[in-house]
Amino acid sequence: MSSINLTLKIWRQQNSDALGQLETYTLDAIHTDMSFLEMLDVLNEKLTKEGQDPVAFDHDCREGICGMCGAIIDGVAHGPEKEVTLCQLHMRHFKDGDTIVIEPFRSRAYPVKRDLLIDRSALDRIIQSGGYVSVNTGGTVDGNSIPIPSQQSELAMDAAACIGCGACVASCPNGAAMLFTSAKVSQLALLPQGQVERKQRALAMVEQMDKEGFGNCTNAKECEAVCPKGISIRNIARLNKEYLFAAMTEG
Amino acid sequence: MELNARVPAGPLEKKWDNHRFSNKLVNPANRRKYSAIVVGTGLAGASAAATLSEQGYQVKSFCIQDSPRRAHSIAAQGGINAAKNYQNDGDSVFRLFYDTIKGGDFRSREANVYRLAQVSTEIIDQCVAQGVPFAREYGGTLANRSFGGAQVSRTFYARGQTGQQLLLGAYGALSRQIHAGGVEMFTRREMMDVVVVDGRARGITTRNIMTGEIESHVADVVILATGGYGNVYFLSTNAMASNVTAAWRAHKKGAGFANPSFVQIHPTCIPVHGDYQSKLTLMSESLRNDGRVWVPKKQGDKRLPADIPEDERDYYLENKYPSFGNLVPRDVASRNAKEQCDLGKGVGNTQLAVYLDFAEAINRDGEAAIFKKYGNLFQMYEKITDSNPMKEPMMIYPAVHYTMGGLWVDYDLMTNIPGLFAIGECNFSDHGANRLGASALMQGLADGYFVIATSIAHYLGTNKLEKVSEHEQDFIDSRRVVEDRIAKLLKNSAGGPAGKFTVDEIHKELGKLMWDNCGMARNKEDLEKALKELPAIKQKFWDYVYIPGDTKEINQSLERAGRLADFLEFAEIMIRDALTRGESCGCHLREESQTEDNEAKRDDENYSHVSVWEYAGQQEEPKLHIEPLSFENVTPSQRSYK
Ligand SMILES: Cc1cc2nc3c(=O)[nH]c(=O)nc-3n(C[C@H](O)[C@H](O)[C@H](O)COP(=O)(O)OP(=O)(O)OC[C@H]3O[C@@H](n4cnc5c(N)ncnc54)[C@H](O)[C@@H]3O)c2cc1C
Ligand code: SF4
Ligand code: FES
Repeated sequence: MSSINLTLKIWRQQNSDALGQLETYTLDAIHTDMSFLEMLDVLNEKLTKEGQDPVAFDHDCREGICGMCGAIIDGVAHGPEKEVTLCQLHMRHFKDGDTIVIEPFRSRAYPVKRDLLIDRSALDRIIQSGGYVSVNTGGTVDGNSIPIPSQQSELAMDAAACIGCGACVASCPNGAAMLFTSAKVSQLALLPQGQVERKQRALAMVEQMDKEGFGNCTNAKECEAVCPKGISIRNIARLNKEYLFAAMTEG
Repeated sequence: MELNARVPAGPLEKKWDNHRFSNKLVNPANRRKYSAIVVGTGLAGASAAATLSEQGYQVKSFCIQDSPRRAHSIAAQGGINAAKNYQNDGDSVFRLFYDTIKGGDFRSREANVYRLAQVSTEIIDQCVAQGVPFAREYGGTLANRSFGGAQVSRTFYARGQTGQQLLLGAYGALSRQIHAGGVEMFTRREMMDVVVVDGRARGITTRNIMTGEIESHVADVVILATGGYGNVYFLSTNAMASNVTAAWRAHKKGAGFANPSFVQIHPTCIPVHGDYQSKLTLMSESLRNDGRVWVPKKQGDKRLPADIPEDERDYYLENKYPSFGNLVPRDVASRNAKEQCDLGKGVGNTQLAVYLDFAEAINRDGEAAIFKKYGNLFQMYEKITDSNPMKEPMMIYPAVHYTMGGLWVDYDLMTNIPGLFAIGECNFSDHGANRLGASALMQGLADGYFVIATSIAHYLGTNKLEKVSEHEQDFIDSRRVVEDRIAKLLKNSAGGPAGKFTVDEIHKELGKLMWDNCGMARNKEDLEKALKELPAIKQKFWDYVYIPGDTKEINQSLERAGRLADFLEFAEIMIRDALTRGESCGCHLREESQTEDNEAKRDDENYSHVSVWEYAGQQEEPKLHIEPLSFENVTPSQRSYK
């Protein structure tokens, strides 16, 4: 285990209405086994002890699964490592003397609430518009009466692995939520349970996406590059197909 | 305090059916006149809110996170049990019931556990219908694995993300109801109090985390689904926001708290690596199927593991428990790891770790086979520790994982405050003194999808409720108490941080006190010492905690301080509970209660009961009540793994 000294430039913003700016902090003797969020904890303890306001940031599981954490690290959502969330990024990927720029996920649809903490509720509203199978509790058939080929189920699982962190939107030059939306549409389009509402779902979710102010996809592929769960842009192709087919036949 | 479990009459297999038949109902047209508050959107809360709304009730749902999908349930990895017997390997409702009762070391209520096993099968059907992508066999049927020492394969799973997929299923159902207008969703709200009017729970007081606003919410029933309290130890595998606040505030309003000292400590977690550590990461238990646990025979041996020859290693689990070896139950594995480290044989720079070695399995089955089985776990381990388990042994250490204790509830999952219900990990009902792997997810969904609606209908059908509003005195008083408490939390901070302590500094102190004295192995002397030392930590908190910022804004230090204030109060009943339970049982060794060969000794004569604590006031000692347990369908046996 070794330790490094760092300069941090962090976006500070009091609330949605305030102007924000980057502030510079120095941190010494950061253990390289620390996670990125533990490094921010250390900074916050230090700021608190100095009577300054700690940096607000969202996080909960710290295991890469709840999707609550995330920030832009030196221009890249969730930082330099592939397929990890910010909470799973470790300081051994930085060097002594590095300057790290830390900013919130930005998008038209994500108001900054304070420092690195943003409002991503637009993603929830996309799911609410149709990202489910409409079954009530009870009265369902026996689980094994819906056989699903293992491969198909695995493909659905690949899409279902999305954690809703919203990094894809923040990395998209157009602020599109296509990767996120397509992951849910794909999961359900691939499964027999999702067939009944298949068209309606694709139409409703795309409509909600537009309503929330997310942009259009121009195939920049930045989303896939930063996605901590490796959600493939093949899902976007599937969403486009689903949407077109639904629009043509449901008109 | 009256503790009437209201277990229905009749034979065990008929109780739930009889109960549903004899319970009162609310007719569909009338349901929309009733409202329910559900606090928490984990498996228990999300499934309950969705189900109640589908049935026509008006529901208000609350969570701390920015989205209901982020509740701690999302992190569960291994799987969910159900007595489907799809593998035709001898499973049945009775066997799942029996395993759960026995696993809980005969400290849970037969009737509740039997119902859990009964509804387990419906849970799987429900989740499949929602499109949860469970693992499948090549022929398309659902796959199972055996988990946590069970002798049958009854665990359903979705890769290593079962909790995530089940929660996303329930979140989908909840989202559908939000869209339909049946559920009003309040995210980033922290419940600070239960409001009791004329002896009934009629609402809650919340703090809006974004604005600091103290708000009142009125309803006909209040359901708590707020999860476990493992974070009292500071370090645990729980998510950072997991807390005891909601349950504790309910307790202070009169709800009994059952078995608070029953905590599960998981043997295979990544060890602590420094004092900056914020949480602990679980490594799946399945690793013990092929990994061998060992420590050096010599104390303080600093050599690299590869440099320690075979005959200088102590494979202590294999030596002590030849028939179970590395697969002894969680509590036995945890306790033995701690014992080895206490003897000075721990490894790694903190010496608080033991090896879990795959070398032999790799020799036997080949690198490819082992990597196929555990590759993703190994990668996760490597990401965190920078060490490759294919090349050198893993290091593991036990960590606080799950809390079996919780709010006392009757068969209907109602606390002793009428109209206040508790479901999921925040109640005490099903796991006794130890929870089996893959059974928490099952319980959360059983409570939320299949049990709670019956209870709510019966309660509303048998009680006439007056209309209340947030302008009533009880609501005003509750808001005032919450506001005063926040003001009190902030009162030290005006003078700046000099000479003060941060929230985390004090939380770490509490965590250490609890881990050292009220952890896996306990004794009277240490528990009494802890009880003496606790007030000083509490005092230090109230006199010297420094919280930057204000209350009317986003203030994460203030949020943590509020939770810690409750943990500090709660810790007292945990210690007292451990102290009064003079037996070893489930997850805990009580050092005074051991067999000749130093194994846990349960004492059915004196402790075959649920311990229920009643809050008696700030200055008063809490009162202990007892719900005796009786076993009519199983015979309590002593566990033995030798
Ligand atoms: C790493 C890990 C792995 C696990 N793996 C498994 C497994 O494989 N199988 C298994 O069966 N079990 C497993 N468990 C246990 C299981 O995940 C939990 O017991 C279960 O998910 C708890 O669900 P819940 O609905 O009761 O509460 P939680 O999921 O903890 O949800 C609590 C909810 O309450 C809200 N809340 C809490 N306090 C307040 C408040 N004051 N105000 C407002 N809202 C509040 C939170 O926001 C959240 O929405 C695992 C646990 C961990 C930590
Ligand atoms: S698609 Fe990937 S980046 Fe986008 S929300 Fe899901 S997990 Fe995050
Ligand atoms: S904190 Fe949960 S994904 Fe990072």
